[in-house]
Amino acid sequence: MLRNIARRMATVIPTLVGVVIVTFLLTRVLPGDPAVYFAGPAATPQSIAEIRKSLGLDRPLPEQFLRYVSDLAHGNLGSSLSTGQPVVSEIASRLPASAELTLCGLVVAILIAVPLGVLAAVKQGSLIDHACRIVATAGVSLPVFFTGLLLVYAFYFLLGWSPAPLGRLDVFYSAPSNVTGFYLIDSLLVGDLEVFRAALAQLILPAATLAIFSLAPIARMTRASMLAVLGSDFVRTARASGLAPSTVIITYAFRNAMLPVITTLGMVFSFLLGANVLVEKVFAWPGIGSFAVEALIASDFAPVQGFVLTMAIMYVLLNLAIDILYGVIDPRVRMEG
Amino acid sequence: MSEPAGTGSTAVGALPAPRTSFVGHARHVIGENPVTGIAFALFLLIVACAVLGPFIAPYDPLASDTSATLKSPSAAHWFGTDQLGRDILSRVMVATRLDLAIAIFSVVLVFMLGGLSGIAAGFFGGWTDRVVSRIADTIMAFPLFVLAMGIVAALGNTVQNIVLATAIVNFPLYARVARAEANVRREAGFVQAARLSGNGEYRILLTQILPNIMPIMTVQMSLTMGYAILNAAGLSFIGLGVRPPTPEWGIMVAEGAAFIVSGEWWIAFFPGAALMIAVFCFNLLGDGLRDIVDPQRRT
Repeated sequence: MLRNIARRMATVIPTLVGVVIVTFLLTRVLPGDPAVYFAGPAATPQSIAEIRKSLGLDRPLPEQFLRYVSDLAHGNLGSSLSTGQPVVSEIASRLPASAELTLCGLVVAILIAVPLGVLAAVKQGSLIDHACRIVATAGVSLPVFFTGLLLVYAFYFLLGWSPAPLGRLDVFYSAPSNVTGFYLIDSLLVGDLEVFRAALAQLILPAATLAIFSLAPIARMTRASMLAVLGSDFVRTARASGLAPSTVIITYAFRNAMLPVITTLGMVFSFLLGANVLVEKVFAWPGIGSFAVEALIASDFAPVQGFVLTMAIMYVLLNLAIDILYGVIDPRVRMEG
Repeated sequence: MSEPAGTGSTAVGALPAPRTSFVGHARHVIGENPVTGIAFALFLLIVACAVLGPFIAPYDPLASDTSATLKSPSAAHWFGTDQLGRDILSRVMVATRLDLAIAIFSVVLVFMLGGLSGIAAGFFGGWTDRVVSRIADTIMAFPLFVLAMGIVAALGNTVQNIVLATAIVNFPLYARVARAEANVRREAGFVQAARLSGNGEYRILLTQILPNIMPIMTVQMSLTMGYAILNAAGLSFIGLGVRPPTPEWGIMVAEGAAFIVSGEWWIAFFPGAALMIAVFCFNLLGDGLRDIVDPQRRT
């Protein structure tokens, strides 16, 4: 068991190497000279050459790569041109905001999509099955920034139920002391229900936007895999032995059907981390996505590069976690190793 | 279409599929799922807008009119006007061409990059396979939209680079499907027959393998068209690629976003709805095409 986990973790290393190489290539090999950019518009060829030297851009590529890797190893992702802050500390301070949003979105999506998919499979051809199909197709077709805006219009402008879509907390409240960085958890830790409610009110719409977006693939996969399991021999045997339908569906079919769904979560995360950027822009959410977007607009490259690298590493680790979880749940995977 | 269309990987090398007429099969699938018919009608509408848009649009999409700013939808302006008094209906119609062009070019590009290298990987195996699979795995290690952002940021903020970035993030999908499909056919009877009659490997690849996996690849292209449109619109929504005042759905939604909180919903709504309908239409068409070409993968 532990050996298998270790073996799976070892496969992450070449992937991470690939990720680092790609983020390096994005800056160094492609057209566009960082030195010209850093030198600013009034640069002379001489000053550009000087900057190139100070950045180490006059060295051969392998050497530049080694230097990049050693910087990474020391946790140095460069500094943002517009704020002057080190990219690492900016990303670290904004990461909890993004993580809180993404996780809430995902949890809501799973809570809705899995029962929907199961019901659609159990009552195949019924109204709920058609509803599931519509949700699955419509969900992937909705541009996530458009859904977000529609929700803002409906729940902020028309109904007035939700606060203005401006960040994590209304200006009247001060952020809870930083323990986990998740406002919902931090405010509960200090027992401040008022702040908890305010933070939750801000979170509901963006999290719902992400949930609507990631509902579709989860519901679709749950339905398909549930259908496959319900048609298999062991379910027929369980039914023939006179077990109650609910026992057959929950204990026999559901547990087996969840396995492929967990695998799909990897793909869902890929979409979710991308959609997160757009949702953060719509709701002025102070996470790493909106940080990257601001940097992109200002052609500030170091933050963008740091952002791409952070997201990729998180995604690789999430996939690793999913695989390990899968191995823990399903012993057959362990046998194959 | 004289050959039986690709009948899924498992059927290859088994008994030849019964030669029912392709048109008849298509009609059956559409009849069973009328949604595909609706999607096809929508598709024609979108293509008509893309081709004729600039000619049939009621107003100049760039002309501002200070006397009619932020007007809600009316008989004169069906979709209302934006903060500069530009007619939103005209802008949505004219934008169709650009959005569709970005998607089509990126899909064709990724078909050439990913499809062909995937076929080569599946057919030749060996180091070709290792190189292509490694590239695909590395791209898959990134969240796709994030990688697209990074590529556009690195290459420069232009529409061409949006096309390229959208193509690159779709590369693994195409390479994997093409690889799997080519792999199961590399020792098929018709390939061995072609080899026996003296055809070179590259010739076999292009004249035997490629035409046989075209149906599957076409489905793949149709399924990714929707994603390509979404990806490109998302990039321009965050301010990459297309610059204002060019009409483009993503950037129009971004411009309208500021007015949502004050209740001027129509500026963002109509371009967003156009985007949604286009993506919906391509996804449904893709599903419909897949049901026709490859019935085993229905979900």
